[in-house]
Amino acid sequence: MTLKKTLLASVIGAVVAGTTMLPMAASAETLRIGYSADPETLDIHEQLSGGMLRFSHLTFDPLVRWTKDFQFEPRLATEWEQVDDTHMRMTLREGVTFHSGNEFTAKDVVWTIERLKESPDYRAIFEPIATVEAVDEYTVEITTTEPYPLLLNLATYIFPMDSEFYTGDTDDGNDKAEIVKAGNSFASRNVSGTGPFIVTDRRQGVRVDFERFEDYWDTETEGNVSRIVLTPIAENASRVAALLSGGVDFIDAVPPNDLDRVRDAQGANLYEVPGTRIIGFQLNEERVEAFQDVRVRQAVDLAINQEGIADRLMRGFATPAGQFSPEGYSGHNPDLTPRYDLERAQELMAEAGYEDGFSVEMIAPNNRYVNDAQIAQAVANMLSRININVNLRTMPLAQYWPEYDERGSDIAMIGWHSDTEDSANFFQYLSFCIDEESGVGQYNYGSYCNEEIDALITQADSETDLEKRNEMLREAEAMLYEDVGYIMLHWQNLAYAAADGVEIEPVVNATDFPYLGDLVINR
Amino acid sequence: MIAFLIKRLMHAILVMFVISVLAFAIQDNLGDPVQQMVGQSVPESEREAIRERLGLNDPFLVQYVRFAKNAVQGDFGYSYFYREPALEVIARHLPATLELVFAATLIIVLLSVPIGVYSAIKPRSLFSRFFMGASIIGISIPVFLTAIVLIQIFAIGITINFFPPETAWGAWLNSALSTQGNMPSFGRGHDLVHVAGHWDTNLATWDGIKHLVLPAISLASIMLPLFIRLIRAEMMEVLQSEYVKYARAKGISMRRVYFVHALKNTMLPVITVGGVQIGTMVAYTILTETVFQWPGMGLMFLDAINRADIPLIVSYLMIVGVIFVVTNTIVDLIYGFVNPTVKLTGKPA
Repeated sequence: MTLKKTLLASVIGAVVAGTTMLPMAASAETLRIGYSADPETLDIHEQLSGGMLRFSHLTFDPLVRWTKDFQFEPRLATEWEQVDDTHMRMTLREGVTFHSGNEFTAKDVVWTIERLKESPDYRAIFEPIATVEAVDEYTVEITTTEPYPLLLNLATYIFPMDSEFYTGDTDDGNDKAEIVKAGNSFASRNVSGTGPFIVTDRRQGVRVDFERFEDYWDTETEGNVSRIVLTPIAENASRVAALLSGGVDFIDAVPPNDLDRVRDAQGANLYEVPGTRIIGFQLNEERVEAFQDVRVRQAVDLAINQEGIADRLMRGFATPAGQFSPEGYSGHNPDLTPRYDLERAQELMAEAGYEDGFSVEMIAPNNRYVNDAQIAQAVANMLSRININVNLRTMPLAQYWPEYDERGSDIAMIGWHSDTEDSANFFQYLSFCIDEESGVGQYNYGSYCNEEIDALITQADSETDLEKRNEMLREAEAMLYEDVGYIMLHWQNLAYAAADGVEIEPVVNATDFPYLGDLVINR
Repeated sequence: MIAFLIKRLMHAILVMFVISVLAFAIQDNLGDPVQQMVGQSVPESEREAIRERLGLNDPFLVQYVRFAKNAVQGDFGYSYFYREPALEVIARHLPATLELVFAATLIIVLLSVPIGVYSAIKPRSLFSRFFMGASIIGISIPVFLTAIVLIQIFAIGITINFFPPETAWGAWLNSALSTQGNMPSFGRGHDLVHVAGHWDTNLATWDGIKHLVLPAISLASIMLPLFIRLIRAEMMEVLQSEYVKYARAKGISMRRVYFVHALKNTMLPVITVGGVQIGTMVAYTILTETVFQWPGMGLMFLDAINRADIPLIVSYLMIVGVIFVVTNTIVDLIYGFVNPTVKLTGKPA
């Protein structure tokens, strides 16, 4: 406790010393965060990653954001209206200022969407948007090329940037708006957003300091964090130790092995959120003829004990899955659950004429998903019971993806989070028939192909009647379940931990971007 | 002397050349840096464009010649992750590592010399036996575990309740064996004093030193047992030698025999080994810095490997190669001072 106080005092000095003595209800508080990674850059369009989106929610505001139960909450857009199949009108919040002091208007939204369409990481996602127009100071009209039901999902990625601030040339003659991957652009070093926090100091890989933006528009929020010190702590054990020793107040990605320890610790609380990232395997039909037989694919699926893996290997830190879509997603079909049945699996293998089994190679990463290498090992063991002999190779992330892209092995592990928080995305990347031209099926390792499912998803993606659309997605999930186009394991949960008094529960959700502007600390 | 230094300079250049070729040769096995720079859903065509811009598609020789051309002008390339020149990134992380190595070296010197000498003089005493036993255990515990245990005991704290708390002795034992744990467990702290350039020091404030203690102890824990045993063995050998016996026969005080005559000769091999080990310690910082999130070169290097940040990896390896050459040169120079019969250039005297 004494360390906590000395640290705190040395960090914010007289400010807190003053306020702790005053009997104020909402006192200014410092939040010390230990995340597994820090933002790669300050340019929110340079890279689409979890770290960058967390950063975006600190220094910017989206047009709308997700609530805990996957509804849309108005932020910089206050109202929206589907004018016709391809036009949506959004009313923007008035009286919002950027960190630079510039006023937020419709032109910033137009500018931001146009910049998103230039970004290598976002370009593909924003493809459906054809044009954006500022109707007046506080109204924009978005036109899509075709009827597109997921415009609001996209709007959660639109964090309006300060167009005036990012326009013009730098001293050395570069365009301030340019997006340079892994380069030294103006936007990668300077920020002006509308968000609750301003970056005051940043040493990449060491720490980032934030201070609350005094003119923040959302005066109704009860959030009382006035200062944030973010230290990236990549090592799992060290991150947990930092929280338990009182060195930080809030950490992400608590490893499964430490869940009980944090749960039982005094002065710290664990917060688990069911996640939305599906973890599973793909069977390479190009290389192994047997995998082209639906009975063999079903046998593989039946031989894997999803519940067992979630229970024992993941220690309850995962939700066993029978489909892509987690609960809350538009296409979630409650009928599709894991169906472990070893006997039936053996029967199916015999029916397909593979009673004696065969040998395959499997690859998996060892530092990407929670317990990834152990999961792969467990699955390999389970498959040996239906006489599929697995030769497993695991490797670090940096080597895994190049290997994965070559499709040179027989079974590969992959986890997927839908960028649009929508069911169709899973299909388009993981199970669509590969089409190099349009880019669908980019992560379809097994070259699985079921045109009926593809057609249904494509049809759903231009259906603006959401009821009808959800029905189609649920049916697609059922078809994939029968045809076993992807071996589902589980959705990986999220686990945060925070010190006593740091009320993290209301601000975390399944998207893994805590809304720290609304965080309340009662010490 | 000049000839010796020039020779060592040539060594350094050769070492850097060989390392750079090796580092470049393995880069294909380090993974794809572009994979780390883009979101998962980014299409292959975009990735290809970035690879092309970074020159990753060129043949090995073209890439190496381009790198070497710039490197001789002092430009080691641009780190993909830090978006800064690689040398600049290393320069920023170097002081933290050097301070850590310095602190660990200090702990080793201050502890190993007295303990080693004592256990050589009184090999049968309980104290000596304890340290010999402890050093065996010390050598066999991996630094990662040492660090985690240190954090648990001194940063998080442990509560002991093995003994009956209702009895006075039980309560006393419980509280005596429990630790409060108020040492910082990660980072360098915020109370750093700026010295010069990229150098902010931990050594000038109490808070800074507190942050340094646990990492320094765990780093020292690898080498300390080795040095204690080395000094003890050398000292015992020296104590058997004729000139020590003669000095004792002459009636010189034992203190003078031990600490002036014997210790001086004991230190000769210790300095040689020590020089090499300090270089090795820079390598061990990778583990220590990772556990303690110490923002030095070791942590930076591990991150760079995970991100396949090739320019940074190549530069780091070359710089560490130079550090090895420099420490060895200094050791040889010191050796010359301590033992005047050694001729540095290797010519007959």
